[in-house]
Amino acid sequence: MNWLLVILGAMVGAPARYLVVRAVQARHDSAFPWGTFTVNIAASLILGLVTGAVLAGAASSRVGLLVGTGLCGALSTYSTFSYETLRLAENGSGLLAAANVAASMFGALGAAVLGMEVARAVWG
Amino acid sequence: MDGAFPPEAERPTDPDVDLRVPAQRRELGRGPVLLLAVIAVGGAVGACARYGASLLWPDPASVFPWTTLLVNTVGCALIGLLMVVITEVPAVHPLTRPLLGTGVLGGFTTFSTYAVDARRLIDGEHTGLALAYLALTMALALGAVWASVVATRRLVGRRPR
Repeated sequence: MNWLLVILGAMVGAPARYLVVRAVQARHDSAFPWGTFTVNIAASLILGLVTGAVLAGAASSRVGLLVGTGLCGALSTYSTFSYETLRLAENGSGLLAAANVAASMFGALGAAVLGMEVARAVWG
Repeated sequence: MDGAFPPEAERPTDPDVDLRVPAQRRELGRGPVLLLAVIAVGGAVGACARYGASLLWPDPASVFPWTTLLVNTVGCALIGLLMVVITEVPAVHPLTRPLLGTGVLGGFTTFSTYAVDARRLIDGEHTGLALAYLALTMALALGAVWASVVATRRLVGRRPR
C-alpha cells in the first residue's frame, strides 16, 4: 500500500514537472533555468505544508507518502538543477550559475519554512 | 540526428525538456500519451528507489540526512553520464531522455526533501548542521555532475571545450 502511494504520487509529479518546465520555457526564453526553479520552489512549499500537517496530526502518514515522498519528490529534482548549473558555468555564465545555486537553495528553504509555518498556523 | 555531433545550439541545457532543441520542441505534439506515460513510469521507478533507500537507511529528523544527500549525489553523477551519452552519441532512442533523465533521475533526486530536511534541522536547534547539510549537498551534487560529464566525454571521445 505504501509503495503504491509513492508510485501514484510520482506518476503525477514527474509528468507535471515536464509540463510545467515546457510551459515556463515557452513563455521565457531566458538563459536562467526558470522552469526547474519554479518546480523546485513549488514542491518545497507543498512538502513544507504536508510535513507540517503530518507533524500536527492533521494529515496521515499516507498523505505524506502520496503527496510528499511521491508527488513532491518527483516534481522537484536535484539532477536537472545540477546539470543546468554546470552548463551555465561551462557556457561562460558563471554569474547566472552562482545565482541559480543561491536562489534555488535559499528559495527552496524559504518555501519549506513558509509551508511549515502556514501548516503550524492552520493545524498546530 | 544525422550522425554528426549536434551543433552547440542543439545541445540541451535542461535535461527535463529543452525547447531550444527542435526535436524536443516537437516531441509532445508527436505522441503526448506515450511520452507522458514513459515519464510517469520512469518517475515512479526513481521515486521507489529513493523510498527504498529511505526505508533501508532512515534519516531521523534531528540527524544529518545522509541518505538524501547520497541519493541526490548519485542522481547528479548519473545525469551527467546520461546527458553526455544522449548529446554526443548519435542515434540514441528519442525516449531515452524522457524515460531516464526526466523520469527515473528526476523522480530519484529531490530538492523538496533537501529543503524540508534543512528546515527540520533548524527547527530542532541544529542550525549549524542545517547549513553544513545545505552546503555539502550542493558541493557534492555539483562536483558529481561535473566529474561525471568530464569522465564520460573522455570515454566517448570528445575533449571538453
